[in-house]
Amino acid sequence: MPEPLRALKLTEPPVAPVTDGYDVERIREDFPILRRTVGRWPLVYLDSANTSQKPVQVVDALEDHYLQHNANVARAMHTLGGEATEAFEGARTKVADFIGAAGPQEIVFTKNATEALNLVAHSLGGRLSVGDEIVISVLEHHSNIVPWQLLAQRTGAVLRWFDITPDGRLDLEAAAAHHLINERTRIVSVAWVSNVLGTVNPITEIAAMAHRVGAHVVVDGSQGVPQLPTDVAALGADLMAFTGHKMLGPTGIGVLWGRYELLDTLPPFLAGGEMIEVVRLSGSTFAPPPRRFEAGTPPIAQAVGLGAAIDYLNGVGMENIAAHEQRITAYALSRLSGIDGVGIIGPKQAVDRGGAISFTLATADGLEVHPHDVMQLLDSHGIAVRGGHHCARPLHDRVGIGASSRASGYLYTTLAEIDALADGLTYVRDFFGGKR
Amino acid sequence: MYQDIILEHYKAKHHSGLREPYQAQVAHVNPTCGDEVLLRVALDGDRVTDVSYEGVGCSISQASTSVMTDLVIGKTVAEALALHAEFTEMMHSMGSAEPDEDRLEDAVAFVGVAQFPARVKCALLGWSAFKDATAQALAATGAGEEQQ
Repeated sequence: MPEPLRALKLTEPPVAPVTDGYDVERIREDFPILRRTVGRWPLVYLDSANTSQKPVQVVDALEDHYLQHNANVARAMHTLGGEATEAFEGARTKVADFIGAAGPQEIVFTKNATEALNLVAHSLGGRLSVGDEIVISVLEHHSNIVPWQLLAQRTGAVLRWFDITPDGRLDLEAAAAHHLINERTRIVSVAWVSNVLGTVNPITEIAAMAHRVGAHVVVDGSQGVPQLPTDVAALGADLMAFTGHKMLGPTGIGVLWGRYELLDTLPPFLAGGEMIEVVRLSGSTFAPPPRRFEAGTPPIAQAVGLGAAIDYLNGVGMENIAAHEQRITAYALSRLSGIDGVGIIGPKQAVDRGGAISFTLATADGLEVHPHDVMQLLDSHGIAVRGGHHCARPLHDRVGIGASSRASGYLYTTLAEIDALADGLTYVRDFFGGKR
Repeated sequence: MYQDIILEHYKAKHHSGLREPYQAQVAHVNPTCGDEVLLRVALDGDRVTDVSYEGVGCSISQASTSVMTDLVIGKTVAEALALHAEFTEMMHSMGSAEPDEDRLEDAVAFVGVAQFPARVKCALLGWSAFKDATAQALAATGAGEEQQ
């Protein structure tokens, strides 16, 4: 129904009016990159699920750290060393508060979410043996698949997974019918929010199922923590990985949160300086968490930058950001589903749904336009989306397509940018449909 | 970069479909995007008698494969591999190459794609599969001759 929807857009936008005082234009002023052009077109950045843009406050914090306080942490005893350590550990406390952790001792800094998940697959996974089962889901990012495949190969454990329903949600009924989670299950590792479908998975429910059989629950929070207010206690997981660069922070800084009682029982992952207690050539003892898992000089400035990003997110308010994301997503779902030829993959209502929207595009004569071509032509109009399998090949195989296009906004995304996307997609469709 | 020639090959896909006979079959993928081609090469002595394929992927990868088959079928292996080398060199030129249209024919349309580093792999997918399959076909037929 493209025409009625278009008429609706002109008179009555299919979104709730902004009543919470959210001022997206004010926020955009903090992101200089959003004022640049691509060729002669204003940048429309809809690839935030890939990496978010950075506000000046984060870049200033990085600059201030490097230009005024730079030193190594923990081991440098001079004034600068003290300042750098305080900034680094201060960032750890900010992260802990931001996700509702019991304290900074539960926050391990890694280089990204992938490293955090690999850490878990090694340190927690080392306990597994032949016949044990690991449960993931078909909608996972490769970073929450491949470490578990390798673990299964190393230990002889069996890798199993949740399937999805036709509307892109985890199929809990089928999982129950097939006894997916059972007395052999040792680890359950699932995404909080799908990076492709946008689905928000019922982590609390899954965690309860897993805990009933004594399994540990790992959550890939890479897409959830940037978008939703986070309370790890309420989620009910044992460990959670996420990354700084998708939540306004720099690249090179990731986080593993873990319940301290569990972290304290895990052996080291990477070994070297700073993760030890006493080193003798005959053997070493290891520092308590989180340092046990932070071998070598950590990403210090990046942690400070992540701390500044968290300050920024808190300043706007995660409840407000989630509401904005919901508003943008609902509008985008409405606009996109009104375009002939667009096929949305995943939940079509903005309910229990994050901001990533993946879709296919077909011309009037039935040609499926490849996502690379969609991406390229949109880019020629200044619109940045991602085309490909978004590091979720098994999910694309599951829904029977090779690749998709994905648009993903964030706290700085406007409704006008969604309109630009919709117009751009119509242009792309007609370009390949021969209406040039 | 989306020249009409590219779009025409994308829709027409010359020589597509898998055919017999063939001496070698290879499957190549572009892991960043999932573009795939399953490609067969048939040789008669040192001459390429057929290249058949099934592929899924973007317009660039599919059109480039189509153009490649037009160019190499009927050529000697040495001529075909020389064209592969020329095309590959053009694709790595960042768009600055001035390709020889007499030799590369429709493939010169891809010089614009060379300005987009992320898409160069797409344009090379079918060509790389051809080179791989040809090497295997030569090995297979070579081995066959030794047995005779």
